[in-house]
Amino acid sequence: MGGVLLTGAAGWAFVVFAVLALGMAVAVVVARNPVHSALYLLGSFLLVACIFFLMQAEFPGAVQMLVYAGGIMVLFLFVIMLVHQRTVKGTKAFQHQWDIALLLLPVFALPFLYILWTERFADLPEKPEALRAVGGRLLGNTEAVASVLYRDYLLPFEVASVFLLVAMIGAVVLGRRSVEKVD
Amino acid sequence: MNVTINHFLVVSFLLFAIGFFGVLVRRNFLTLLMSVELMLNAVNLNLIAFSRRLSDLTGQVFSVFVITIAAGEAAVGLALTISLFRQRKTLNVEEADVLRG
Repeated sequence: MGGVLLTGAAGWAFVVFAVLALGMAVAVVVARNPVHSALYLLGSFLLVACIFFLMQAEFPGAVQMLVYAGGIMVLFLFVIMLVHQRTVKGTKAFQHQWDIALLLLPVFALPFLYILWTERFADLPEKPEALRAVGGRLLGNTEAVASVLYRDYLLPFEVASVFLLVAMIGAVVLGRRSVEKVD
Repeated sequence: MNVTINHFLVVSFLLFAIGFFGVLVRRNFLTLLMSVELMLNAVNLNLIAFSRRLSDLTGQVFSVFVITIAAGEAAVGLALTISLFRQRKTLNVEEADVLRG
């Protein structure tokens, strides 16, 4: 049968990583303390990065670890420290609309299940080596991603850099203490 | 254990659903932002799986773009968190219901 992405031990490793990542994701949503949420989120990110490594997508996995675990999580923890919120016992963690949200989930799940059961993805020949080929030579995944990124997607890459600049300026402006409030 | 694209679709759907539920029900603004990150992560998982399935690197390139967007979104979202906390002394989104500066 075509279309098998992972077999044997790698397949079981995927199951373990996926189940742990989903468990951590649930813990992110239900944890009352934001610090616990952030740490579970970190665990979930690292487990998903492990799945990327299993799929021979080493560069996205490394970027996931560096940017999410190294950058975004530190940002989250800094903000948690700055706003200094203690979880007050007795206050509710969930909004009053959580039952409606739970009812809404099947509405989104049904189209997904329909697609999953009706769509048959064409049996393509497996070419895992295409993920590391650069101009006919077999190199690493990083070189292959770089060649596609800089040859075919140079404009989106530049737009992404402008986006990051805009986001940085926006964050500085939003986080600034307003002058009238200070005096 | 043979893992096909359908397993990846199920895992990524569940991850997305958990994040979606978190955005809808949590009261803490910070946890809300973390749930958005979970949803972006689910999309990344799909991109990587289809990149492998179709033997096409474009999916991996776009997963890197998604991570970039997630970083910018986190920066702006956290700046908004600080701004909200300065004005209201709370992070509860149910208390921030007045559309006025």
